[in-house]
Amino acid sequence: MNNKLITSGSLRNRLVLTLIGGGAILALLLFFAVRNYATQIAQQGQDNILRASITSILDAASIRDGVAEIDIPYASFSMLSTPSDDRVFYAIFHDNKFLSGYPNLSSGVVKDDLKTTFTSTNFQGQMVRAVTATRTLVGVDGRTLIRVTLAQTQDALSGTLDQISRNAALLGGGFFILATLLSFWATSATIGQLMRLTNSVARRGPQDLRAFEKPVPTEMLPLVKSLNSLMGRLDHSLSQSEDFIAEAAHRIRTPLATVRSYAEATLQRVDTIENRQAMRSMIRAIDESSRAASQLLDHAMITFRADHLERQDVDLVELVRDLVVRLTPIAEMKDLTFDLKHDNTVMCKGDPVLIQNAVRNLIDNALKYAPSESVVAIRIIARPKVQIVINDSGKGFLAEEIDLLTTRFKRGQNAEGTIGSGLGLTIARDVAVAHGGNLLLSNRIEGGACVTLSL
Amino acid sequence: MCYFIALIICLLPSFLFAEEWEDQKQFNQFASGATIRVLSSTDTAIFAPVIQDFVLKNPEVAVEYFVTGTTDIEQLFRSNPKAFDLVISSAMDLQLKIVNDGLALQLENVRHPAWAQWRQSLFAFTSEPAAIVINRDAFAGYPVPQTRQDLIQAMRARPSVFRGRVGTYDIRKSGLGYLFATQDARASETYWRLMEVMGSLDVRLYCCSGEMIDDLADGTIAVAYNVLGSYAAARHENKDVLDIILPSDFPTTMMRTAMVSKLTNQPELASDFIQHLINLQSHSNKDILMLSPLNTQSDYGDRTTIALEPALMTFLDTLKRRKFLAEWENAVIQ
Repeated sequence: MNNKLITSGSLRNRLVLTLIGGGAILALLLFFAVRNYATQIAQQGQDNILRASITSILDAASIRDGVAEIDIPYASFSMLSTPSDDRVFYAIFHDNKFLSGYPNLSSGVVKDDLKTTFTSTNFQGQMVRAVTATRTLVGVDGRTLIRVTLAQTQDALSGTLDQISRNAALLGGGFFILATLLSFWATSATIGQLMRLTNSVARRGPQDLRAFEKPVPTEMLPLVKSLNSLMGRLDHSLSQSEDFIAEAAHRIRTPLATVRSYAEATLQRVDTIENRQAMRSMIRAIDESSRAASQLLDHAMITFRADHLERQDVDLVELVRDLVVRLTPIAEMKDLTFDLKHDNTVMCKGDPVLIQNAVRNLIDNALKYAPSESVVAIRIIARPKVQIVINDSGKGFLAEEIDLLTTRFKRGQNAEGTIGSGLGLTIARDVAVAHGGNLLLSNRIEGGACVTLSL
Repeated sequence: MCYFIALIICLLPSFLFAEEWEDQKQFNQFASGATIRVLSSTDTAIFAPVIQDFVLKNPEVAVEYFVTGTTDIEQLFRSNPKAFDLVISSAMDLQLKIVNDGLALQLENVRHPAWAQWRQSLFAFTSEPAAIVINRDAFAGYPVPQTRQDLIQAMRARPSVFRGRVGTYDIRKSGLGYLFATQDARASETYWRLMEVMGSLDVRLYCCSGEMIDDLADGTIAVAYNVLGSYAAARHENKDVLDIILPSDFPTTMMRTAMVSKLTNQPELASDFIQHLINLQSHSNKDILMLSPLNTQSDYGDRTTIALEPALMTFLDTLKRRKFLAEWENAVIQ
């Protein structure tokens, strides 16, 4: 599992960017909406005054003796006063003939309809808002049309708009800052849930395949559910395969014992040297298979017990001494002697069956690889931590494979010719890890292996 | 020969402006620096101290001062805005229209209250009421009229005394006269009755305040209506002869305004001159600025001072002016 996972960007960044981007877009929309609305209202205000003014001018129009007279009321221009002193222009036409005012102001397009029209145009180098309105007068000679165009510059309006724009920008900016803060908060709250789940997954031990039961947000329920079902299936298939191995090992061991006894009996009967040699090889192979089977059983048992570790007080000294006593006959067959040294009492909390199994495997290894007439030294130390150290004076470990030896079915290259399943160190390591310790392999300077089991 | 050419060159400006000026004067004419040309309706006698004070503070500047009537000022300036740097006139309406037509320079650096300036281009620096000025001899033993109504009654009571001896502006010629007349007409109907009475007494019509005051002083006329009280007050020699009455029914107060031509070659100097005028009026130094300064107590809301607003242009409208003049002639010329 050391291949690197490919990431498709960060969820947090994506969330933050989306929210901030959304906030920015909304703030801009707000700014333009407010400004646009204010512009409309301000323009409407100016238009209304222009309309009132032009209405009062048209009201003052009359026909006297066939001559158009317009007595522009003082108030009609007075109402056009603004704080910025906007310029005022006007033009009066009688039947499209210029009467007075600014002759160039005529909008150019002369419409016949009587509606009041507003336009924004350029006059004397300045933008002006112009209103054009008409009035039909009935005189003696018939109907005549008075048309008035009134225009005002927009200095005050643009001043107001600048102010409104500034305020709208402040509003939009404030909104954006608020949205940004909120998006950071929302993102960390959301991602926090994920992080919490991740942590609770990471905190679990290697063998812990229990289902998650803590409450999670609704949106994460499918994830946790599928995680739980995945772990359930994993747990199931693991225990199935363990069961299968145990079952298989058990089934193989019994017939192997039968085959071995037959082979031994046959060995007694054959005389030919080649045949005896063959029979011995056969028995040796049977031994190896049977040992592997029993170690597989042990391993399965240890895996099971490690999952459901029951700790009790264990007297390590007694445990190890007991093992030494039981293994002394085998040691004597190889002319090996044990050298057991220990602190007064070394107690630890653990599963005695597992610890015994682990230590027996380690001593077994020492007995197997130590040369004849040497000493296997066993030390039991209580402080600084509980350790069992087993030294032999065999070939030791090859430096380049020292890290790999505790994996399943891995045997040292210098172990050719020795019976072994490749599970002994694995079992010892699993037991140590299950108790929260570890297994340390090293070579002694004077030659031989040194195995330290920490609990 | 050389002298001749030099003479021509010296006299060339006067040929170019072969205008009949009421008055024309040069101040600090041998100055090293630039010359600013001021077109004004204010009599040189009254305005000279102001300019002298200006050239005292700016010794490198020469000032050419041209005096003519308010209506002429408008026509002259419109026909050649490049020829003058500053325009000072008492006809607020004509001045405002010039600014409205974009012929004046906006001076961003000049600070002046909003009611006393328009578009940061037209700056008011005096506040001068229209007055009834009487020759004391004509009213000896009679009550001095305080209102227009009083004046009407006084004239009706003694038509023999006043026949041919009343004076007012010819509003067809004088811009200021027209401004006062239109504002009076806006304020009250009394104006028209007064005009009718004056018309019936063979009113004398004047182009300018100066002449009117001269005639008052020597007794040619007994009463002048809508004269600038400030002019009369400025002439100390007339103190014992003339009475200046500000009508208590409704006073009409004009603000003298100044502006800088948009096409001026000396925008900074001209701006300085405007600032000089504003400073003078706010320090109210009677020896230099003989005209009464702006009335700072009265704000824009005060209706007696003619406001600087676009409405001033209504009476300048061709149709409205024609109508108003027709009515006026109807009343005055009988």
